[in-house]
Amino acid sequence: MPPVGPEDHVRGEGPEAIAYLDLGCPHCAATWMMIAELPLRLVFRHFPVASKHPRAPALHAAVESAASQGGEHAFWALADSIYRDQGRVDDPHLWERVRGLGLELERFERERRATPVAERVRSDFEGGIRAGITGTPAAFVGGQAVRGDLAASLRGLT
Amino acid sequence: MIARGTPAPDFSLPDHQGRQVSLADFSGRKLVLVFYPLDFSPVCTDQLSIYQEVLPQITDQGATLLGISVDSTWAHRAFRERLGIEIPLLSDFEPKGQVIRRYGAYLDEVGHGNRSLVLIDADGVLRWVHESPSPLEIPGANLIFDALAETD
Repeated sequence: MPPVGPEDHVRGEGPEAIAYLDLGCPHCAATWMMIAELPLRLVFRHFPVASKHPRAPALHAAVESAASQGGEHAFWALADSIYRDQGRVDDPHLWERVRGLGLELERFERERRATPVAERVRSDFEGGIRAGITGTPAAFVGGQAVRGDLAASLRGLT
Repeated sequence: MIARGTPAPDFSLPDHQGRQVSLADFSGRKLVLVFYPLDFSPVCTDQLSIYQEVLPQITDQGATLLGISVDSTWAHRAFRERLGIEIPLLSDFEPKGQVIRRYGAYLDEVGHGNRSLVLIDADGVLRWVHESPSPLEIPGANLIFDALAETD
C-alpha cells in the first residue's frame, strides 16, 4: 500500500487510519457517520467502484475539484456533506453545496472534468487495488488491513 | 484445484450471448479464468465490479479475463447489464459445472463453483492457481497482476 504522503487528504490528530472509501457507497456513508468524529488522523483515499455506484466517479471528482480550489477544508466539507445526504448528489445538488462552501462554480465545473483530477482519483484507486482491496469501506492501521467491523475497530484505537 | 504446470483442461461453453467460446480461441494469448459461485450474489457482485475497474490494465498486459459460473446465458446477460460490466461470462450450465469440475473448483455440497482464479499462458499451460479459502472471500485484483507479472 502506498505510504501516506503530501498528496493525501488527512484530517485530525491521533492514531492514523488510512481509509479507502467510495462516495457513492451506502455502507461507506454509514461507516462515515461512526468514524468521522473520532479522534483519529484519518487519511481519505478514493476508491470509486463505478459498476456498483455509477455516480461515484463524479462525486470523487467533485471533492478533488473542491480541494483544488478551496484546499483541505473544502475537500473534507464536501465529503462530509455528500455522506450526510446521499439522496441528493445530482449536479444541481453538488452546485448548491459548492456555492455554500464559497467556491466559484465555474472553476469547480471546469476542474472536476479535467485530467489531473481524474488522475488523482485513479492513483488512489490503483494504490488500493495493489493493497488488495476488494470492497469498501476498507481501512489500514499500522500497515495492516482492518478486519471485521471497521467502525468498531477504529473506535477501539481511540 | 488442478495443479499449476499442467495443460489447461479444454472447454467450450456458451457466453452471455450464447456464442460458443473455447480454450483454443485464446491460443497465443494469456487467459485469466474467474470461477465464481453465482450471478447476482452480493460477494460475486463485488468481485466482478472490482475486476471490471481494472479490465483495461489486464488487457494491456496481453491477457483476457473470463468469468465462469453455473448460471445460464440469460442470467449472465442480465447480470452483466445490471452491473454494466464488459467481462465476458461463460455458462457452465449443462451438464452443470462440467468445466468447473475439470479445473477442480466445483463444490458438490452447494452445487456451484468455488471462488477461484487460474492463469493460462499463451501455450495453454496453467501457470497460476488461486482458490479462496471460502466462497465469501474475494481474491484481490492485485493477485492477478502479480501472477501476470510472474509469467512475463
